[in-house]
Amino acid sequence: MSLLSVQALAVQLGARAVVKDVDLHLDASELLGLIGPNGAGKSTLLKAIAQLLPYRGLVQLDGHPLRRLGARARARRMAYLSQDNQVHWPIRVEELVALGRHPYGSGWSGGGHGGGRARDLAAIEAALRAADLWTLRERRADQLSGGERARVRLARVLAVQAPLILADEPVAALDPRHQLDVMDLLHSHCAGGGAAIVVLHDLTLASRFCERLLLLDQGRPVAAGTVGEVLTVANLRRVYGIEAIRGTHQGQDYIVPWARDAVQAGN
Amino acid sequence: MTAATTQPMAVPDPAHTLPVELGVGVLTATLLALSLVSLSLVSLGLGAAPLGWGEVLGGLLGTGPEGHQLIVRQIRLPRVLLAWLLGASLGMSGAALQGLLRNPLAEPGLLGISASAGLGAVLAFYFGLTALSLWTLPAAGMTGALIATLLLYLLTRGGSSNLTLILAGIALSSLAGALTSLVLNLAPNPASVQDMVLWLLGSIADHSLADVRLVLPFVAVGLALLLASARALTLLTLGEAEATSLGVSLARLRVLVIAGSALAVGACVSVTGTVGFVGLVVPHLLRALVRHRPGRLLLPSAVGGALLVLAADLAIRLLQTPQQLMLGVVTALVGAPFFLVLVLRSRQVLP
Repeated sequence: MSLLSVQALAVQLGARAVVKDVDLHLDASELLGLIGPNGAGKSTLLKAIAQLLPYRGLVQLDGHPLRRLGARARARRMAYLSQDNQVHWPIRVEELVALGRHPYGSGWSGGGHGGGRARDLAAIEAALRAADLWTLRERRADQLSGGERARVRLARVLAVQAPLILADEPVAALDPRHQLDVMDLLHSHCAGGGAAIVVLHDLTLASRFCERLLLLDQGRPVAAGTVGEVLTVANLRRVYGIEAIRGTHQGQDYIVPWARDAVQAGN
Repeated sequence: MTAATTQPMAVPDPAHTLPVELGVGVLTATLLALSLVSLSLVSLGLGAAPLGWGEVLGGLLGTGPEGHQLIVRQIRLPRVLLAWLLGASLGMSGAALQGLLRNPLAEPGLLGISASAGLGAVLAFYFGLTALSLWTLPAAGMTGALIATLLLYLLTRGGSSNLTLILAGIALSSLAGALTSLVLNLAPNPASVQDMVLWLLGSIADHSLADVRLVLPFVAVGLALLLASARALTLLTLGEAEATSLGVSLARLRVLVIAGSALAVGACVSVTGTVGFVGLVVPHLLRALVRHRPGRLLLPSAVGGALLVLAADLAIRLLQTPQQLMLGVVTALVGAPFFLVLVLRSRQVLP
């Protein structure tokens, strides 16, 4: 049984059908890249899976329909990282990361559920160390660079210790080093038995880190499978209107978008 | 980038790493409360017949002479208690609204609740209802606040954004302001206009314990609702989507904050008249003390608000002016420039 299963998912925003008829399955240890041009419905699909938008269809986690799960129980199984790399109040890094433990707490206190406080502390420390933030833990969120802030927000998500992570463009506006850092973190989450869906615009990163890809265009899945199966010359031309350079490094295929598609550009 | 290391953890101070939501807030609030009690004793001693601390305590506890008991309990205590209730309501509502809207410029006046309570009271004056009973004026004010709250709820229910809430609040306070002007315009005689205007200026002077008893339950329930929102307000630091993904119900949070503010502020304003800017200024002054956590700001803001209103009232009584200044006038005079400074500062931060 797959960790996450999505069947016939559709999202209607106002009069517009933004996502149409998406099926997908995700097993433990899998990192799925959600790709497609602007407006393809990637973020909307991710939000629907995260139960942040009304949708039609069925989303199941471990065989249980997510709609029927309580908010806290759901939050313990699935962590969502939004697109906006903003922290609204300048609270401290460790306190921000600690917010990820909310689904385990009750009322006003931070701990209390299951293993309680000791488990919370261990989870927070592990998340801070994994994101290389241990030395920054007492800094205020507003004194961080964009790259550091992205790591803090990811550490907050890791602190949830949910099996499934949904990340919406976690590397947008980051420099290459921080992009690799963030993708590495998601990759090691999956290597440790978790799973993740990552919305990406960068096809090179997608081909480098994701075992599987789902290509969306105008709300519909166009292709799904391995990098080789999805990022074909025909798909890139049809969906993005681009041509790409292809290569293999250390046994792994990668692509680099190179130029507008000559056929389309000629039109 | 390293994966989680397995080396022995230097487990940090738990209170330090995993704060209880109200923790540091309680400490700050306690310190503020001590100042509040001291200032209250000063306020109780001040007046036409000055009393020392011992005499004030004697009058308060009922161990002193009957004259002292009468002065302290019947005349001066209602003023101090109203300052507490009004300040606490304004301060905590301001902190909660700033947290909810994630905007340091939000305050209770923004939602139009104060303005609507004012409209209710002015209508009571206009129709001569105030002569019927001592209770009609506060009741009319509260009705105004209640209607405003229901309208706000209807306008913003069902997944609408915080921007909708702000716009609805602005529309509502403009409408209430315009209708208040209309009533003043149509007022039959200058005397009733003066009554209305003086009430609108806001004051905690000349009230009885009956007024305090009327307001108290609403303030208690209102503040309790606001306190119940503490944890969710802190989680909103992550933005609405991520807070929801962690189990926060935005709809419930919005109801808690709107209803809590309306009950507490609406009830107070119905008795004291409109007093502005306390809800804006107090959370600002205290935010750094609770390390910017919106949830922990609630309790200190309540006590700080009470302290500020009491201090402003004391200043009014100590200043020798030909006409005694009204509380609402003084808080606006101090608060408006403060607001301008905030706006200028936020302009420097933004691109």
